[in-house]
Amino acid sequence: MFPRIVYESFRHQARRKLLAGIAITLGVAVATAMIAVATDIGDKINRELRSYGANLVVTPQEDTLDVEVGGVNLKPPSDGAFLNEADLPKIRGTFWHNNIVGFSPMLPVTVKIANGSGAKDVTEDVTLVGTYFNKQLHFGKQDFTTGVRITHPWWRVEGKCGDGALPRRGRVEDSPATCGWPNDDSQNILIGERLAAKLAKRPGDTLDVAGRQLTIFGILSTGAAEDDEIVAPLALAQQILGKPGAVRRVYVSALTKPQDAFATQDPNTMTPEVRDRWYCSPYVQSIAFQLQEVIPHSHAEQIRQVAQNEGTVLSRIKGLMLLVTLAALFASALAVSAAMATAIFERRVEVGLMKALGAGNLAVSAIFFAEALLLALIGGIAGFSAGALLARQIGRSIFNSQISIEPVLFPVILAIAVIVTFAGSAAAIRRAVKFDPVFALRGEG
Amino acid sequence: MSTTGTLHTPSQVADRRAKAPHSSMFARMLLRAAVLRRRRAAAALLAMVVAAAVATAMMNLYVDVQAKLRTEFRNYGANIIVVGKDGQSLSLPADALTKVESATSPGAKALAVAFSYAVARTKDGQSVVVVGTDFTRARQLNHWWKVSHWPDGQNQALIGMRAANVVSPNRQPFELTFQGKAIELTPAGMLQTGAGEDSRIYLDQSQFQNWTGVAPSTIEVAVNGTAAEVETSVRQLAQLLPSADVRPVRQIMEGEANVLNKTRATLYASATLVVLTSALCVLATLMGWVFDRRRDFAIMKALGASERLVNGFFAAEAAAMGAVGAILGFFIGIGVAVWIGRANFHAPVVPRFSVFPYVLAGSVAVALISAILPIIMLRRVQPAIILRGE
Repeated sequence: MFPRIVYESFRHQARRKLLAGIAITLGVAVATAMIAVATDIGDKINRELRSYGANLVVTPQEDTLDVEVGGVNLKPPSDGAFLNEADLPKIRGTFWHNNIVGFSPMLPVTVKIANGSGAKDVTEDVTLVGTYFNKQLHFGKQDFTTGVRITHPWWRVEGKCGDGALPRRGRVEDSPATCGWPNDDSQNILIGERLAAKLAKRPGDTLDVAGRQLTIFGILSTGAAEDDEIVAPLALAQQILGKPGAVRRVYVSALTKPQDAFATQDPNTMTPEVRDRWYCSPYVQSIAFQLQEVIPHSHAEQIRQVAQNEGTVLSRIKGLMLLVTLAALFASALAVSAAMATAIFERRVEVGLMKALGAGNLAVSAIFFAEALLLALIGGIAGFSAGALLARQIGRSIFNSQISIEPVLFPVILAIAVIVTFAGSAAAIRRAVKFDPVFALRGEG
Repeated sequence: MSTTGTLHTPSQVADRRAKAPHSSMFARMLLRAAVLRRRRAAAALLAMVVAAAVATAMMNLYVDVQAKLRTEFRNYGANIIVVGKDGQSLSLPADALTKVESATSPGAKALAVAFSYAVARTKDGQSVVVVGTDFTRARQLNHWWKVSHWPDGQNQALIGMRAANVVSPNRQPFELTFQGKAIELTPAGMLQTGAGEDSRIYLDQSQFQNWTGVAPSTIEVAVNGTAAEVETSVRQLAQLLPSADVRPVRQIMEGEANVLNKTRATLYASATLVVLTSALCVLATLMGWVFDRRRDFAIMKALGASERLVNGFFAAEAAAMGAVGAILGFFIGIGVAVWIGRANFHAPVVPRFSVFPYVLAGSVAVALISAILPIIMLRRVQPAIILRGE
């Protein structure tokens, strides 16, 4: 009899059930989407924060002082120590290699360039920086690309495209992402926009650099010291300096966890267990420690301007999303219970009839709770799928990447849906059961 | 009292009721309905209040959070840099800093710090970059500088971690020479940034100038504002200082724009979802409230009320509920937004009364929709059927 009452109730009151079901579905969908977004927002914003550039720098341990004023290096070029380029792919072998978004080696060299038009004897000192643009490397079985295009996303290049022509409007293959960047194995260079203006050079021109005729592939604009410099593939800078394999410093861009009191402790004073925990947390300090381990004779340090601030920004945004998610959960819970309360309140006459026929309070409540459970399960499943789609849509349209939903979330969401539906129905069911059947049947609700 | 006493005979009551304005009956029906069904009315109103409060809090946050985050982003330091044109070693005009300040200070919270650079030699002939600056301002601008102790006296210097190993490994006083002029300095504290600053020695500007005679060559400016406001500041400064090169710091500007846009978009999507859910909550409750009163609806029609009057009555009731809910909810929502601002950003959120019209209009609109839907359903039913209780 019990299943039949429930079944008939769904068959004959399809409209009311539909309304409550829609409310539950929408409420669960919003809750699912918000939980998925809130759990993933930290990682997403962390990646966006990488657009501020590298947060770690690796330098040789025995390095001499940088003597640099406004981007002009006054240090003798061969002075000081170097890192070995061959050690760099090992960065991919550190414990937190998946958190390392990219790295770029830098080798500044002071070179003489022919100044202006023709007159070969008029020379000028300019800094040439050797680096990776988008270099193919491999470590073990992994292939990966890295370079300034990943670690320095604010660098803009205007220049020649693959076929040697300047970018044309409306051609996909002529997008700024592909044009102007020299190949890492080539002898082509980029020159800073202010240096280009001073020398009156355009992409495609050649420039006499340290006695070599190099092709200017693109004009670089960074809003910083590089605007007055030449940027070349690392191998070319090493040839000019006469030190194959030499790298002055490496910028590393890593996804890190906001720093706390534990992060700043000295790993040498920790007990082995604490040290393991520290080592296995993606703090900027522990990643620096691991970089020092894999690159011999190196000193890795956080770039405080980037590293210190991203933690604050990240925790603010995460905190904000947490509060908004709580508001969303609250609103969905309220919507579900409002819909349930309304649906039950309308059925007082039915309750009166059941009670007049001898049904106890428990039996009547059981019917309503069974119906609520069924609604919650159906609405919960539909809402979870809709919420997953919604979260994916948000991830794709805002962050251009997937927001993945943990499968473990499904039972949790379903449980929340059932609890909220029960809680929302409880008050209404209690009132419906308490209602005197005589009044209900006489229609004096 | 005496006049009211005389008005109690049935004919007088009928007379008074007939003469009374039509609206008073209308208002009475509205009020009595709410008073007689207190619990149902309270439940419907509560839903309205909560929905309006959540919507208000979300809109307030959406507007305010961007300003809050921008302030956070200013911790990244300067977003505009002013240098002498054609080669960085060139000095800026002597009044450059005052000009920069006059251009940026009114209204905008801007901070300008001048830096002057010189290359000095240590006793054993090593070159080291010495920088003159205003420590109080540098400290405000560069929050990320890790400094063990800020210099506060004559001949005290702030020494970069790597420079310290060269000039003063044991924190002993040291001597520097610049173009034959020597100076004796005591290390006051260590500076650690992980960038170029680590190789430099920082001195107070006036002392630096007495020693080297080199004037500031770089001014770093942190302007608080939107990308467009920063662009305007760049143009203003460029006009004011024709001999200088004024440029935005792209690394900072683009990073900020990127993170801010993504956060804003996420917040917008979330706020929309939350507001929609609250509207759903109102819809569910209010529809129940109106549907529940089908008997009133039937009686009014049976007594000869016109379709327009009945519709108007239910619409007015819903609108009144929406308006009252919006007003109460607005103030609660402002409270919630202020609390969130305190809890998350440790700074007060300024209540935005400008969102009130939107909350009010939205609440009334949702209330009207939730009243109209059941009325349309009821209109198809004969009053007699409702009154018979079917």
